[in-house]
Amino acid sequence: MSEADPRAVVIGASAGAVQALSEILPRLPADYPLPVLIVVHVPDSPSGLVTLFASKSAVAVREPEDKEPIVPATVYVAPPGYHLLVEPDRSIALSTDEPVLFSRPSIDVLFESAAESYGRGLVAVILTGANEDGARGAAAVHAAGGTVLVEDPAHAYAATMPSAALLRCPDAIVLSLDGIVDHLLNLGTS
Amino acid sequence: MSEAVRSESVEDIEIQLLLEALYRRYHYDFRHYARASIKRRLRQALEQLGFKNFSAMQQALLHGDTLVTRLLDYLTVQVSEMFRDPGYFRAVREKVLPHLRTYPSLKLWIAGCSQGEELYSFAIMLHEEGLLDRTLIYATDINPAALEAAQAGVYALDRLAAFTRNHQLAGGKSSLSDYYTTAYGRAVFDKALRAQVVFSDHSLVTDAVFAECQFVSCRNVMIYFDRQLQDRAVGLFRDSLSRRGFLGLGSKETLRFSAHADAFSEFVREEKIYQRRDG
Ligand SMILES: C[S@@+](CC[C@H](N)C(=O)[O-])C[C@H]1O[C@@H](n2cnc3c(N)ncnc32)[C@H](O)[C@@H]1O
Repeated sequence: MSEADPRAVVIGASAGAVQALSEILPRLPADYPLPVLIVVHVPDSPSGLVTLFASKSAVAVREPEDKEPIVPATVYVAPPGYHLLVEPDRSIALSTDEPVLFSRPSIDVLFESAAESYGRGLVAVILTGANEDGARGAAAVHAAGGTVLVEDPAHAYAATMPSAALLRCPDAIVLSLDGIVDHLLNLGTS
Repeated sequence: MSEAVRSESVEDIEIQLLLEALYRRYHYDFRHYARASIKRRLRQALEQLGFKNFSAMQQALLHGDTLVTRLLDYLTVQVSEMFRDPGYFRAVREKVLPHLRTYPSLKLWIAGCSQGEELYSFAIMLHEEGLLDRTLIYATDINPAALEAAQAGVYALDRLAAFTRNHQLAGGKSSLSDYYTTAYGRAVFDKALRAQVVFSDHSLVTDAVFAECQFVSCRNVMIYFDRQLQDRAVGLFRDSLSRRGFLGLGSKETLRFSAHADAFSEFVREEKIYQRRDG
């Protein structure tokens, strides 16, 4: 395994995200050993997403509040209209800064700040999406020594996002959704 | 690898020094702002202002006096809206104002008022509820350009559709267009709304209590502070509030992790409206 000591997982997804996440989150056990931070672009039904996944998943799924300490076995979904960042002390920071690449929350913003906090201990996942958010962030995760997993563009609902991430971050590991789940389930179970 | 001994990057050191310089030379104290997002904004400034690195920026900041204003615009986030989060204003109208109505005169403090969107929202709501005449409003911020804009009360017309929708969702009893006239593609808000507004440069980081208020609304400002700084600001609000006074925060902000959590009770939980406890 490349990640010496995994400490957190970050996930970014856009078009097709609900489907893809439905393959992943319900399979995480209630005592999943890592925190998972997610940015999804959803135009309308914002907080509905959290309700949906919370009901389907064993692991806790919720929208964080500002300065909340980040703990394992919890999935934090960025609230609509806010960027989600990780502070150096590994607490949550939210911000209403301008959108980045037309997105707020922005995947790049989450990935870049998490890369700085977690360094090699970060596993970043880029899923389906129809824009290029996340590519820059994936490169930052990689540069900081973290692991980048990208959903296989050939099988993703929308290939643009995973393809853009691979272009910026050619060393990323390409996996099917199932492969991604297996990888995530293996983390922290040394 | 031990995290504790992971050495600081050169960039981190430079940022620390830049913020120190900004404080010592201009008394703007960003040293305890939430680090991840201030770093982002500083990097953006670096790129767009064309400095080689933060040391070069610091040099320009110390030896000239034009950079500070521009830097301030990067460091303070001016994103706002009228009746932002309509549920908050509805809760203030329906649950808080009935209490405040019993006072012969009122003081309201809008801390971090940005370009005035929140201020005019309150003024309009208080007018609709017949309370504006007996309310003194303090509108404070650290960004002088924002304060000036707040004082002018002029907004681009293309923002008015969203403002109008929010106003209705917030339970507005009048039409927003009653409060502004349009000219040159802009909406100019009625100056009667600010007849009893005191605009003032005030920092939640470095300044002190200045009045006793019945309501403090401080939304999406402390979100940019680290926990220690949040504690300072919340302490300031506690000391500014009269007994049983109200404190309203942004919808993702909370007193849950605050050193002063015990000084407040939750008044409208979902809308982050708190009440100062007795004593
Ligand atoms: C995102 S705006 C919030 C505007 C409005 N309250 C709202 O919720 O829409 C944040 C404002 O806080 C101001 N601010 C930042 N640091 C401050 C400080 N130390 N004291 C007072 N205001 C501050 C900024 O200049 C900016 O106008």
